[in-house]
Amino acid sequence: MMWSWIPGNWSLIWQLTWENLKLGVLPALYGLVISLPLGIIAARWRWFYPPTLTVVNIVYAIPSIALFVALIPKFGLTDTTVIIALTVFSLCVILPNVVEGMRGVPAAVTQAATAMGYGPLRRLALVELPLAIPVIIAGLRVGVVSSISLASVGQLIGVSSLGYLFIDGLQRSFPTEIYVGLVLVIVLAIICDLILVAVRRALTPWLARS
Amino acid sequence: MSFFSWAWDWITQGANWHGSGSIPPQVLAHVGYSGLSLLIAALVAVPAGVVIGHRGGKAAIVVTNFANAWRAIPTLGLLTLLAVYFGFSPLTWLLPLVALGIPPILVNACEGVAGVDPGVRDAARGTGMTTWQQIVQVEVPIALPLILVGVRTSAIFVVATATIAAEIGLGGLGRFIIDGLASSQYAPVAGGALLVVILAICVLALFALISRLVIPPGLRDQGRPQ
Repeated sequence: MMWSWIPGNWSLIWQLTWENLKLGVLPALYGLVISLPLGIIAARWRWFYPPTLTVVNIVYAIPSIALFVALIPKFGLTDTTVIIALTVFSLCVILPNVVEGMRGVPAAVTQAATAMGYGPLRRLALVELPLAIPVIIAGLRVGVVSSISLASVGQLIGVSSLGYLFIDGLQRSFPTEIYVGLVLVIVLAIICDLILVAVRRALTPWLARS
Repeated sequence: MSFFSWAWDWITQGANWHGSGSIPPQVLAHVGYSGLSLLIAALVAVPAGVVIGHRGGKAAIVVTNFANAWRAIPTLGLLTLLAVYFGFSPLTWLLPLVALGIPPILVNACEGVAGVDPGVRDAARGTGMTTWQQIVQVEVPIALPLILVGVRTSAIFVVATATIAAEIGLGGLGRFIIDGLASSQYAPVAGGALLVVILAICVLALFALISRLVIPPGLRDQGRPQ
């Protein structure tokens, strides 16, 4: 383990970490943005969900490298390819959680809201979604963590991330680089996970009080 | 040309089906590596998960928190690290594949057994079953849907990781992808990727079939997707 390598390559490490963070967080956010409307539709119109879930399960089984490769003719060997593929994977994890979260809202609560005069849109925004937040954020956490980890596979198609440290370390038989990459990916994932836990706590103050 | 046309042209080319590095041996190799790793992972994780789930307590809580943690580990990092230390021995790919295949099965087995209705457990003890009989005849069958979902998740993950392991010299379908990328030939890359996707779908179908055959009809709609 050659510790001196780290300060000598600070800017490279920082740049790769920032790239990996982008490639990990953006797909999860896009996945959330797509999953919310789809999930709301699936929770409301029950017949929509089983076929959607089947498609989601099949797509989630596709190995990441295969999806990256499939997108190359359209999007090239660029960040976009990786971001689109990882968005699809995040969707596969977040969508079922949106549906489960929405379905988990007790019927008594939605009925009480209607009785109080909440229209469907207000009820959705002010009652159902807030109550579904814990489950949705649980899905978002898995989505972010797996995106950050899968982003490193993008290095195999030349898309820059902490995966560069793995490949370069392999080619130079230099384990220090690989250790640095491993630690940074895991630390990034943990930090993002903790941030999302904090977000959940901030958005659901009533849970903290109970 | 689209991904599918590249892939289809390459797969339907007769030359790619003959010879030592061609499609049939690579498919077999891929299935072999994945199958062996999955088997070892299952043999370790299912008993461990069942026992921990049955006893409950601190160990079960640790295992459940494990659920998210393993997804953070970058498989490429683990593979390259072991390749640097062990070179091209079987340990280089077997260890990461088994190590990363264990968590989904362990977590699901533990949760499945721990989630058995306490009333059912009590009834089993009340009819005079020994602990062993209780576990094998009651708790495991009830936990079976969740355990199978865990094994399926693990299988998909192992197949995907075996594909990437071509980067450290492993054979299998990943060979076409990695070698094609290295020589800037998109045809084998697309073909290999399509074959991997087909393999993954076959794994899903296989598990759907196994579920149908193995899970008792009374429990069939209980498995919660993880």
